[in-house]
Amino acid sequence: MTTTPAEDTARTAAALALGDDALVLSHRLGEWAGHAPVLEEEVALANIALDLLGQARVLLSMAGDEDELAFLREERAFRNLQLVEQPNGDFAHTIARQLYFSAHQYLLYDALASREGPFAPLAGKAVKETAYHLDHAEQWTLRLGDGTDESHARMQRAVDALWRHTGEMFQPVEGLDVDPAALEAAWLERVTEVLRRATLTVPEGPRTGAWKAGAGRQGLHTEPFGRMLAEMQHLHRSHPGATW
Amino acid sequence: MATAAARDTAGSRAYGVTAGADDTAGHEHAFDAAVAADERIEPRDWMPDAYRATLVRQIAQHAHSEIIGMQPEANWITRAPSLRRKAILMAKVQDEAGHGLYLYSAAETLGTSREELLDKLHSGRQKYSSIFNYPTLTWADVGAIGWLVDGAAITNQVPLCRCSYGPYARAMVRICKEESFHQRQGYELLLALSKGTPQQHAMAQDAVDRWWWPSLMMFGPPDDESQHSAQSMAWKIKRHSNDELRQRFVDICVPQAASLGLTLPDPDLKWNEERGHHDFGAIDWAEFRAVLKGNGPCNEERLTRRRRAHEEGAWVREAAAAHAARHSNGETGATRA
Repeated sequence: MTTTPAEDTARTAAALALGDDALVLSHRLGEWAGHAPVLEEEVALANIALDLLGQARVLLSMAGDEDELAFLREERAFRNLQLVEQPNGDFAHTIARQLYFSAHQYLLYDALASREGPFAPLAGKAVKETAYHLDHAEQWTLRLGDGTDESHARMQRAVDALWRHTGEMFQPVEGLDVDPAALEAAWLERVTEVLRRATLTVPEGPRTGAWKAGAGRQGLHTEPFGRMLAEMQHLHRSHPGATW
Repeated sequence: MATAAARDTAGSRAYGVTAGADDTAGHEHAFDAAVAADERIEPRDWMPDAYRATLVRQIAQHAHSEIIGMQPEANWITRAPSLRRKAILMAKVQDEAGHGLYLYSAAETLGTSREELLDKLHSGRQKYSSIFNYPTLTWADVGAIGWLVDGAAITNQVPLCRCSYGPYARAMVRICKEESFHQRQGYELLLALSKGTPQQHAMAQDAVDRWWWPSLMMFGPPDDESQHSAQSMAWKIKRHSNDELRQRFVDICVPQAASLGLTLPDPDLKWNEERGHHDFGAIDWAEFRAVLKGNGPCNEERLTRRRRAHEEGAWVREAAAAHAARHSNGETGATRA
C-alpha cells in the first residue's frame, strides 16, 4: 500500500498520541509495584502495565525509535492525554483513572480493529487486552463503590476528581479513522451504567479543565508530568548514545 | 504418601477421630517409611508436628522473601533505561508476586493462613532472606540481582523440587522455571553493560562487587552452625548442606564472571586442583548476623514499606469483603445501606 506524505504524517501523529497514552499510563501503574493493597493486585496492576507498555512499544515504533521517543523528548513534545499522567493517588483514584481510560481505549480499539488501516493489526490484539483491563476496573469500581462507607466515599471522590479530564478523550485525533462523537456516546453509556451499578453518582461538573479539551494532545500537560518524565528519563539521558 | 496404612490413618484424622498413643506410633512409622522411600507427603497425610512447623517456617520465609524481594527491583521500574528493559523488569516483579502467591498457598495446605503469615512478617516474628536488606543503588544492581541473587536462589531451590512435602515441591518446579529465566535476563543485562561504555562497565563491576558476598550469605550459616540442617535433611526437606550448595554456586559463578568480563571481589578465590573446586575467602559472618538481627542497610525501610502497603490497603480489602458478603447469595440488587 503506497501512502502520501500527508498520510504518513497523520499516521505518525496518531501513533504518537496512542503510544504516549499507553506509555505514560504504564509508567504510572509501574509505580504501584510493591505498594498494592493485596498481592493479587500486585499481579493485576503489573499485568495491565505490561500490556500497555507492549502497546506503547508497537505504536512508538510506528512513529520512530521507541527509546528515542520515550526518553529523549521533552514534556512539550508528548502527546498523551492529561488523564493518564495524573498521579496514582489512592487505589480508588487509580481505579477511576483506569475505568475512564480503559473504557475509552476498549471502544477505540474495537472500532479500529474492525476496519482497514495501519492500526488494525495492533487494535485486534489490544482490544482483547483492554477488555480485560476494563473488566478489572469495572469490578473494582463495583467493589469500592458498593463496598463500605469509606470505600464508597473514596470512589466517589476519585470519579469526581478525574471527571474534568474525560472530555479530552473525544477530541478528534489526526490520522485516526473513528467518529469521536459516536465513541463519546458509547463511553458515556458504559461508564454511566457502571457508576450507577456501583451506587455512585455520575459527576455533573465540566468534562474539561480551564485548558481547552485536547491540550495534552498538543503537548500541554499538568505539573506532575514533568516530574514523572524526569524520573523516567534520567538514567537514559545520563548516558548519551549508550545501549542497554 | 502412598502407603495404605498412612492413607487410612490420615483419613481418620481428617474425620476428627482422636488417635491414641499406639496410632501415633503407627503414623510415625508410616511417615518415616514414606520419607525413606522418597514418597511425597501430602496435606491430608499425618506428619510430625515438628515437620509441619518446620515447613510452615521455611515456606513462609520463602514467600515473604518473594514479597519483600519485589522492593529492591521495583525501585528501578520507573527509571529503567530502555522500554525493553522496563518490560522485562516489570514482568519479573510481577512473577515475584506470583511466586509469593504460590508459596502462601503451599503454606496454607499446612493449616495456616496468608493473613496469619503476613501478620508474622509485619510484626517481625518471621524472617525473609537477608539479601533483600541491601539497597539497589544503580541500574546495574538489577542485573547483579538477576545473575547472583537469583542464581543463588536457584542453586538453593532446584533441590527443593524433590522436597518430601508435595505442595512445596510442586510450587518449586514452577518457580524454578521462572527464576532460571530471570537469572539469564540478569546475566544478559550485565553483559550489555560490561560490553557497553566504560561508565556502564564500571557500573556493572561496582554492582557485582557489592552483591557478591551478600549472595554467598544466602546459603545460610556454615554447616557447623546451622541449627535446622540435620533434621531438615533427615526429613528430606533439604537435600544438601549450606556449605555444599555455596561451593556449587561459587564453582558455577567463576566461569560466568570471566565470560561477563567482570571480576569477583575476592583475592583468595582460586581453583583448587586437589579438591576439584574453587577455594574462596572468608565470609563476614558478623555482617550476616547483623543483617539477620535487623541491622542491615535496608531492614527498616523494607519492613516499613511492606507494613504501609498493607495498612494503606486495609480499606480496599474491607470493601472487597463487604461487597462479596452482600452479593454472595445472589442478592445482586442489595446494595450498601
